[in-house]
Amino acid sequence: MEDDAPVIYGLEFQARALTAQTAETDAIRFLVGTQSLKFDNQIHIIDFDDENNIINKNVLLHQAGEIWHIGASPADKAVLTTCYNKTSDSRVVSCAAVWRMPCDWETGSPESPDDSAHNPQTLELLCHLDDSAHSNAACVLWEPMGDGKRVISLADNHALLWDLQDSSTQATVSSSATLEGKGQLKFTSGKWSPHHNCSQLATANDTAIRGWDLRTMSQIYCIENAHGQLVRDLDFNPNRQYYLSSCGDDCKVKFWDVRNVQEPIKTLEEHSHWVWSVRYNHSHDQLVLTASSDSRLILSNMVSISSEPFGHLVDDEELSEGEDNHQEDKGKEPLQDSVVSTYEEHEDSVYAAEWSSADPWLFASLSYDGRLVINRVPRALKYRILL
Amino acid sequence: MDGEADGMVSETDESGRKRRVHGMLKLYYGLDEEGKAAEQAKSLDPCDINGPHFDHEVFLNKLRRECSLAELMDQETCMVKQIRSLDSDMQTLVYENYNKFISATDTIRKMKNDFKKMEDEMDGLSANMAAITEFSACISGTLQDQHAQITKLSGVHTLLRKLQFLFELPARLNKCLELQAYAQAVRSHRRARCVLQQYSHLPSFKGIQDDCHAIMDKLAQELRQKFRDGGSSAKDLSECVELLLQLDEPAEELCDKFLSHARSRLESDLQGLEAEIRPYPSASAVKDASARRLASASADNTPKTSAFPSPTSNTDILEFIDRGCNEFVSSLCLVITSYQELFINRAQTGELASKNIPQMANGKLNAFVDDLAARYFSLVERRIQEEKGVGDNSLLVRALDRFHRRLQAVTKLLPGSAVPNQGTEIVIRAATERVKQYLSALQSFYMDSLTDVRQALATPRLSMAGASLAGGGALLGGPASGRDGPTSLPELLSSLSASILNQIKSVLASVHLFTAKDIAFSNKPYFKGEFCSQGVRESLVVSFIKFVCQSSRQFCDSAGDKGGSTPPALLLLLSRLCLDYETSTISYILTLTDEQFLVQHHSPITPVTTLCAEAREAAQKLLNHYVKVQGLIISQMLRKSVETRDWVNTIEPRNVRAVMKRVVEDTTSIDVQVGLLYEEGVRKAHSSDSSKRTFSVYSSSRQQARYAASYTPSAPMDTNLLSNIHKLFSERIDIFSSVEFNKVSVITGIIKISLKTFLECVRLRTFGRFGLQQIQVDCHYLQMYLWRFVSDENLVHFLLDEIVGSSAHRCLDPAPMEQSVIEVICERG
Repeated sequence: MEDDAPVIYGLEFQARALTAQTAETDAIRFLVGTQSLKFDNQIHIIDFDDENNIINKNVLLHQAGEIWHIGASPADKAVLTTCYNKTSDSRVVSCAAVWRMPCDWETGSPESPDDSAHNPQTLELLCHLDDSAHSNAACVLWEPMGDGKRVISLADNHALLWDLQDSSTQATVSSSATLEGKGQLKFTSGKWSPHHNCSQLATANDTAIRGWDLRTMSQIYCIENAHGQLVRDLDFNPNRQYYLSSCGDDCKVKFWDVRNVQEPIKTLEEHSHWVWSVRYNHSHDQLVLTASSDSRLILSNMVSISSEPFGHLVDDEELSEGEDNHQEDKGKEPLQDSVVSTYEEHEDSVYAAEWSSADPWLFASLSYDGRLVINRVPRALKYRILL
Repeated sequence: MDGEADGMVSETDESGRKRRVHGMLKLYYGLDEEGKAAEQAKSLDPCDINGPHFDHEVFLNKLRRECSLAELMDQETCMVKQIRSLDSDMQTLVYENYNKFISATDTIRKMKNDFKKMEDEMDGLSANMAAITEFSACISGTLQDQHAQITKLSGVHTLLRKLQFLFELPARLNKCLELQAYAQAVRSHRRARCVLQQYSHLPSFKGIQDDCHAIMDKLAQELRQKFRDGGSSAKDLSECVELLLQLDEPAEELCDKFLSHARSRLESDLQGLEAEIRPYPSASAVKDASARRLASASADNTPKTSAFPSPTSNTDILEFIDRGCNEFVSSLCLVITSYQELFINRAQTGELASKNIPQMANGKLNAFVDDLAARYFSLVERRIQEEKGVGDNSLLVRALDRFHRRLQAVTKLLPGSAVPNQGTEIVIRAATERVKQYLSALQSFYMDSLTDVRQALATPRLSMAGASLAGGGALLGGPASGRDGPTSLPELLSSLSASILNQIKSVLASVHLFTAKDIAFSNKPYFKGEFCSQGVRESLVVSFIKFVCQSSRQFCDSAGDKGGSTPPALLLLLSRLCLDYETSTISYILTLTDEQFLVQHHSPITPVTTLCAEAREAAQKLLNHYVKVQGLIISQMLRKSVETRDWVNTIEPRNVRAVMKRVVEDTTSIDVQVGLLYEEGVRKAHSSDSSKRTFSVYSSSRQQARYAASYTPSAPMDTNLLSNIHKLFSERIDIFSSVEFNKVSVITGIIKISLKTFLECVRLRTFGRFGLQQIQVDCHYLQMYLWRFVSDENLVHFLLDEIVGSSAHRCLDPAPMEQSVIEVICERG
């Protein structure tokens, strides 16, 4: 069928920041932040109409600067954070802030799409996530499945846990951790673990991955030399609490069990350049999406280390459905770890890829030239996982 | 007409004509045997006048029909002539036979007269005989009584003599005992035994029997004593055994005694051998001490071994085996022979056969031999295991040969014994063990060579009278250095390759001794087949090649992603080595092996292609890794240079940055290094001035146009148009992709990695006006020098384009530098 074809959307500007709107579970919606030094930067709210295969976009202005990282609140659809570069007096400063979308952006004249380009609305600043001591935020992480009141920002070698108060207009640092060691250490990325009551954080700096306990703000594990070169991104398996994936400049994607950090449990070497992003599917953790500066997006099926290594467990209900199902089950050979598909729609480095929060079979990827591609998990695999 | 001739089958020696007639008669009656079948056909003809089926009507008709009158007349005269001659023949025959008949009649008449006279004489004779018979009967009647008496007397006489013998028996036996004439004593006793047994109810006989028993017991005792003492010769011993057997001594017990006696002697031999083996744990045997600790437990207990800490450390294995053969095996053979003579062969013939002795005795012998042989074998095996030194294989082979040969004697004596097979197994085990040792020796040799190479690569070559080395003393493989060391790379490669090959050859030669013609066990099927194919080819040669490939591959894995531990030059060298293996060395080595060992492949073997594929894979992996490591080293430089600089507030570029010069220098030195080992490779054709031309296109027209398009604020949508169009038409570039086995491809790979890193780093920064210009200058400089290294210069152009383009995008104040100024700066260096 035609609807398996990718849907491509082009932005006018270069872009690196992409996120799914986490709090939205009905509509398929992604947020993209642009990078432009000369024009006002924008946040594109991209709605995908699954039935008609149409993209609807809304643009909000983000005048503060070019966006390096974007995060959507898990509780409030309208709230998001960005990390951006501000240039002033020939100095470039990295900042982070919490924003609110104007409440009527959705209603903003859908009948004339050009309208939004003419007078796009501006984001409403809720608060800055900076203080004088800590700047240069690399990324801001929302508490997974939280109430939208806690965020962590990674700035230089500090991890800061912020409490947002008064409808997020006030942010105070409740605790912080500092990475200490030789040289200029700097966090490059991080991930807030959804497990253990959201009390753990994993960060990457240079070639190392570190785990932190947020209650004591102390390091709990450290994977030295997790990658041969810089670690670019991390992700937690949403269903297996100790499983973590990472990617980096050695073109590899590695899967770790943080209880044993000597060796990765699995390594993928499919990309031919640095891997910038790795994402587990939120519901079916065997599906792993990786984006690389070789302009490729790769969807892998890591059955052997997923929470369903033997495929979907058959419920009693399904058992009673009849013998046809049984025969089908027997016919199915166990799935192997494999690359499901390689997506080559991008022409430039792909820096970000995200699963939709509404449809577990749909994902978006963003390349530097501003091309956003929305793809689906191949139907055959989807049915194979479901049935 | 031949009827009369019938009776007169002639014996006369007459003329030929007669014989012919005779022949014809014979023929007529079908007596002739020779011509039977042939004649049959002929004589069926009714017109054949001589044939049995002659029909005169037919004949006449035929004549009348076929012949003319003249012919008929001729025929008639001829016929008449023939008839006449036949008639005369007949007459002659009749006459001759008549004479014979007359003479026969005369003879008969004479015989009749003679017989009558004889009859009368016979009558006289019979009358005389009747008279003689009568007289004879009369005489015997008178002598009857006396005869009976004499018979009785003689019976009594013999009985008395027997009784006398019996009564004298004890004394006689005693005397024999004194004189040690055991054989006679036994003989006498045997004669009397039955009688005594029969009449033992009579008191007197009983007494004699008891006496005899006592004496014989004593005698048996003495024999046993003699037997036990063992000092006696084999002949004495066998006599003893024979006598004891005759004395109803249980054969089983005797066997046991004999064997235990022999065992004690053999065991002393074994202990002597054991003493030869070095006591444990000696320094050289520590390695596998644990494996042999069990075996050695007994050895340690013997005081002898512990008394002399290392009594025979200099006895070589040949001496040891020699001693084992001469002492143990030969006395074992002796024991077997005499035992067989005593218990098996003799018993088979003697009256003892019924007692099933041979079977029992054989069983005992086999158990005995097996037991002792097992101990001997364990000793030999221990000794063989000590042969760790790989140096001289011939000694071991000769020792094994001797060992094996001497065991053949046992085979001959004991056809069913498992001993020779066990011996062969030991030889086989020793051989396989040896092969394993050779393999590990080869492996360690290889690793040592690699260490040497590594050292040679790492050593500053100042000591080598740095004449050939311009820079001198740079560490090869260090990021800065590749440029000086490589002079020695091909030498290192060839010497490494040659020394490995030599080592393989010498090992093959050593192993070949196992299959030499003059070695007895080389005829065993194992050594002909499995040893050659499985042992030598598979587990030695193939394993070694696999090891080489595998250890090479490990350099890629274990070196870690930092790539620091293995010098890149070593990777390059190993890659070339593996490639050489793939192209020629492997097939050469295997052919050599197959030829030397005449391998007959019964079992599946690893084909050459598999090994070659493996070698190629290893070579590819090493080369890829080399590219990656070198690319990383340069990338790291570029990354640091981009990340650490404040590009917004930089000064106007006056020079090419030092790091770019360094990049070009390193690339050049890598180029030289790779060029030493790999061929040039194909690059896309370009004219001599292509650098200038493409360069000018790159920098002036296209680039300028692009800047113009990009930075007019009125057209934000066109920002990426040109670069996108460009990308549409250019192929996707795989950065960390596999490279080909040539210089250009390798260098292209390295440059790709470096420039892509440069691009990604640039994209993460923000630039000021001079920052952009500096990048322009740097890229132009790279452009000037790097195009010549790569297969497709457009690749370099494209990547550098991207870098400049990206930095322009990331520039706060994009004001590109004049092309001419850039050129001036770059040419100034």
